[in-house]
Amino acid sequence: MTVVAPEAAPAEALRLTDLSVSYGKVPILRQVSLSVAAGECVGLVGESGCGKSTAALAALRALPRAGRITGGGVTMDGMDVLALSPGALRKLWARRVSMVYQDPSRALNPTITVGAQVMEAFAVLGLADARGRAEAMLAKVQIPAPARVMGVYPHQLSGGTQQRVVIAMALAKEPALLVLDEPTTGLDATVEAEILDLIEALRQEQGSAILLISHNLPMVGRMCDRIGVLYAGSLVEQGPAAEVLHAPRHPYTARLLSCLPRGGRRKQDGALQTIAGQLPAPGARLEACVFASRCDRAEAICRTTPPPETAIGGHMAKCHFAPPFPASAEAPPDTSQADVSGKTPVLAALNVSKTYGAVRAVNDISLQLGAGETLGLVGESGSGKTTLARLLLGLTAPDPGSRILLDGAPLGATLASRTRPQRKAIQIIFQNPDSALNRGHRISHILARPLSRLAGLSGAVLKTALAELAQGVRLGETHLGMRPRALSGGLKQRVAIARAFAGHPRVVICDEPTSALDVSVQAAILNLLAALQRREHVAYVFISHDLAVVRYLADRIAVMYLGHLLEIGPAEEVLSGPHHPYTAALVSAATAATRVRLRGEIPRAGDIQSGCIFQKNCARKIGPICETVAPPFAAGDRHPIRCHIPLGELPVAHATMPAGSRVVPPAGE
Amino acid sequence: MSAFLRRLARPGFLAGFAIVLFWVLCALFGPYLVPQNPFKDDLMNALAPPSAAHWFGTDQIGRDVFARVIAGARPILSVAPLATLLATLCGTTLGLATGYAGGWLDAVLSRLIEVILALPLIVVALLVLVALGPSSLNVIVVIALVFTPIIARTVRSAVLAECKLDYVPAAQLRDEGALHIMFVEILPNILPPILVEVTVRLGYAIFTVASLSFLGFGIQPPSPDWGLTIAENYGLIVGGYGWTVGFAALATGSLVVGVNLVAEGLQEALQ
Repeated sequence: MTVVAPEAAPAEALRLTDLSVSYGKVPILRQVSLSVAAGECVGLVGESGCGKSTAALAALRALPRAGRITGGGVTMDGMDVLALSPGALRKLWARRVSMVYQDPSRALNPTITVGAQVMEAFAVLGLADARGRAEAMLAKVQIPAPARVMGVYPHQLSGGTQQRVVIAMALAKEPALLVLDEPTTGLDATVEAEILDLIEALRQEQGSAILLISHNLPMVGRMCDRIGVLYAGSLVEQGPAAEVLHAPRHPYTARLLSCLPRGGRRKQDGALQTIAGQLPAPGARLEACVFASRCDRAEAICRTTPPPETAIGGHMAKCHFAPPFPASAEAPPDTSQADVSGKTPVLAALNVSKTYGAVRAVNDISLQLGAGETLGLVGESGSGKTTLARLLLGLTAPDPGSRILLDGAPLGATLASRTRPQRKAIQIIFQNPDSALNRGHRISHILARPLSRLAGLSGAVLKTALAELAQGVRLGETHLGMRPRALSGGLKQRVAIARAFAGHPRVVICDEPTSALDVSVQAAILNLLAALQRREHVAYVFISHDLAVVRYLADRIAVMYLGHLLEIGPAEEVLSGPHHPYTAALVSAATAATRVRLRGEIPRAGDIQSGCIFQKNCARKIGPICETVAPPFAAGDRHPIRCHIPLGELPVAHATMPAGSRVVPPAGE
Repeated sequence: MSAFLRRLARPGFLAGFAIVLFWVLCALFGPYLVPQNPFKDDLMNALAPPSAAHWFGTDQIGRDVFARVIAGARPILSVAPLATLLATLCGTTLGLATGYAGGWLDAVLSRLIEVILALPLIVVALLVLVALGPSSLNVIVVIALVFTPIIARTVRSAVLAECKLDYVPAAQLRDEGALHIMFVEILPNILPPILVEVTVRLGYAIFTVASLSFLGFGIQPPSPDWGLTIAENYGLIVGGYGWTVGFAALATGSLVVGVNLVAEGLQEALQ
């Protein structure tokens, strides 16, 4: 990694000086100063609504119509971007800077072949042999068979490959500055790891300066030389990545980091840190220090005097106080109740399958869920996690021969064929509360209906129960009269949780309940889920792609891949190994200490007719047996693993990888 | 709500709203306001051109055209909205049922709807009216019958979009019946597209009622209905008695345009 000494004064690819931006009359960005040196990678992190994307767009002078730069300056290579004529600005966009957005499927034109789009990126530069260059560039972003990919349409490619194509187009002009706005947010963990590796490799090769925008602090920390932290449109901290991550000098950064379930933290270790309150809405009146209203270190001076910018070395923070910032006093872990989870099975799936046409979305899955236990369900998109959840709930009927048992009694295939107590017993918290809460109704209606339908309450009893239910998820009286639209994402998810718990269910399926939420809100929701589980003794099936989150909440973990169950066992054993080669890839993608790669693209369910379902991507394939014989569940009842490799040779987390698997050196060290 | 009203307050919508409001007031109070009785003939004064006494002139039996145009708002503004309302009730129910239930019910009803949509509207209406005999009630029933599938189709596609949202399975999981989910959970969320569709349909209904009356199968004489008035007098245009037809035509046109401006304004504001 390039180390740039501050006194060397290298050429600056981008410098923002006291940049302020407003939408209409609402200030979004306040006096942000940030620079990106040539060849440097700078991260800009913050929660949603803090102005990250606005900063990127303002830096390129590409704000939407309502946005206006109200102060400060932007220079690129010493050129004043704000003073450029429209023609010169177009030239700058065309030749010097590139931007990669979050959703590659929207960045590519669905009606034009990939080849034509990549060639166009070269053609506008007036370069000859656009076809040859396009193909070479696709090869450079590590797309296998670039000649074939040139001829297909974007929808025929996976999300990861689409993002590679977008990056290839961005790199065509050999940009001096590459702006990446959440480039991996919509992608699966293993794919994200590959894209990040690619960006790192290309940076070393091309020497472009990179501005990386993300909500994911640890990821940015791994990728970047320096990090800037935005809060409510202000840059509150900026400094070398390692320092910001490990010795933050602003309380916001410190609290944000402590919200993450890191370092193998489990629910038994106690609740996660949270940040009280929420990000001030755009246009809201702010204190002299923008973070004062949520900071537990705040004193009178924070509300009267704007904090000075103090820098130690290259590490700037806007705070009146110096670290350390002690964690706020949280309630100690509740150990009063003995851990009785997993003793008696409440829900069991026996040989459950679901076939859509020729595709087996869920293939012969058997698993058990104990009362009060959390089963983490891990797998990437297309693994059948959500389909399995719908089968358990009775929203989708499984194939004949599948059996689902509640307390040992068989459940009907559909909701209509289940009894009311059975329907009441299994509930779900959906991923996206915007979709799960009826926007046409008030919160009181959304919570009162399940109380009357499932718990059979009415009249005054219902009113009391409604108040209790709301209080249980820390919703206020005033929230009950509102519609979902008026609530923040975290509050909406609290309503969704309250609704799932209204009928005192035995099993609650949590389908990525925090993936749409910011880190500080996620911590509060995880705490709430853990507390409710202790109180109600409910069992969770917790679906998530975030292994740190699953590790925090889950007692046992099941790993799914293309509709197959690859392994299931106690959470710690599954994550630390010995585990399935696919689990190894998932775990290493999340930690990036040493990265185990999947080989090639993940096939579609149904492409593999015999042998092990993971054969095409497995870095540890041992021979023809993997292609012909489906591996049995090995390694016993406690932690079965579906692999031909003997238990003693299966991968272990953080161990050196055997030959055959690609190991990429960790970034940032 | 106030944001919605602000989006609504565009010149086009306001103009349309003013026109519709004018004709609605005419329909409600017109007969009491006009100076002459719209039914009273005066053969001595037949086909008199517009004057101070008869602002829009008189028709072939000397009835005051101004009074008849104002009074003519009532028959068309009772028949067309009632027909649209009936079609909306039936179409919404049908659309909710097909969209929510899916399966064979949806397959059968949707094909049936497509068959009806393939038939030319006015021809079907004429055939039915010939069979049933012309009357205001029959006109209402026939127009509702023809419009129901159109509204059902709009509602069905809106319902399909709503059913993709998780609040629908959430309601199923809390043991709600199909009727509750259709009418209490889904319906409030699809009111905006229904409202737009209804307004557009109202415009067509007005036009259809006027057409049927013109052809003699709609509202019957001696009603001052505009379509009927045009039918009774259009032969006189050649003789230079244009006022007997022109004002009724203008009234019909302005009402249809007004309703369509309202529909367009609603659609823009609701998007």
